[in-house]
Amino acid sequence: MEPLQIAEKIKEKFPDEVLEIKEFRGQVSVTLKKNRILEICRYLHSDPTLDFNYLIDLCGVDYLPKKDNRFEIVYHLYSIKRRHAIRLKAEVPENDPAIDSVTAIWAGANWHERECYDMYGIAFTGHPDLRRILMPEDWEGHPLRKDYDIKGAAKEWAGFIGVLDRAKKFKEFEWKG
Amino acid sequence: MGLIVNTLSPSLVEVEKGTKILAPNIIITSFDKLINWGRSSSMWPVTFGLACCAIEMMTTGSSHYDLDRMGIIFRGSPRQADFMIVAGTVTKKMSEIVRRVYDQMPEPRYVIAMGSCACSGGIFNTYSTVQGCDSFLPVDVYVPGCPPRPEALLEGIIKLQEKIKGEHFRWSRWR
Repeated sequence: MEPLQIAEKIKEKFPDEVLEIKEFRGQVSVTLKKNRILEICRYLHSDPTLDFNYLIDLCGVDYLPKKDNRFEIVYHLYSIKRRHAIRLKAEVPENDPAIDSVTAIWAGANWHERECYDMYGIAFTGHPDLRRILMPEDWEGHPLRKDYDIKGAAKEWAGFIGVLDRAKKFKEFEWKG
Repeated sequence: MGLIVNTLSPSLVEVEKGTKILAPNIIITSFDKLINWGRSSSMWPVTFGLACCAIEMMTTGSSHYDLDRMGIIFRGSPRQADFMIVAGTVTKKMSEIVRRVYDQMPEPRYVIAMGSCACSGGIFNTYSTVQGCDSFLPVDVYVPGCPPRPEALLEGIIKLQEKIKGEHFRWSRWR
């Protein structure tokens, strides 16, 4: 099925949810409201003519100065059987950074959602194990947010301070020429 | 044997009629030289490949560059190792493990920081990267490069061997 046809089909089924359909070089993005994302994904997964059985990627975007709804979750879907693809974008506002988890549909979304939570601080409701995946568990802040200081917070991470302290403590045992 | 018998050398001693052997020899050296020679001739590194530098380190160990000819055999366990090659970007999360591996090594132990990232943080002046592994490890040799070529790592290892050969009295109580 052509990607624009798929987008039309989503719009037909969920007319209130679709905000925008955009085509660029043969790829179609459907911008959605976040509230019924699970329902839409389940429809795309289970409808026999669509049959999106493969979630290629799930990631977050931070549009801090550009958009009113600061975050976006991007889903890249593909149907191995029908060989068609579509991109979904769900807008997530800053004051309520939460969205439904799609792990119940595609189990592979598990770690993607954890990464997204780790980097942007977006909570995925219904996720079976929502922990940080890249940063240490006691890390403060979400590094890929645009307002996160790239050189790090003024306060050093406690784990690294512990390493430096240990190195300092063991310095007396070093061999001094 | 016939060669020795036929040579009219003053260092030959006749032990019985018709049999001449070499006179007793003695090698004079110092403990420093002997021990440092032994240490620098069989340095076993614990590999700590963290990023792309590890690929160059593996290349250095493979047949073309051949670390084995220098008596260098990679060890998987820090308890059997003499020095550590920190090859790659050290993140803050990883620094704890790097330090623990170093702490498990027996004395005498040495550290080579391989690559720009391990030396100074390199291009990654960011929240997650340690700005040089010398902040928590006593580094002996820095090998710059991004990543350094195998020749550069070899040069660093030779520099470390030179450093070991220049040590005095390290075979005593180490503290």
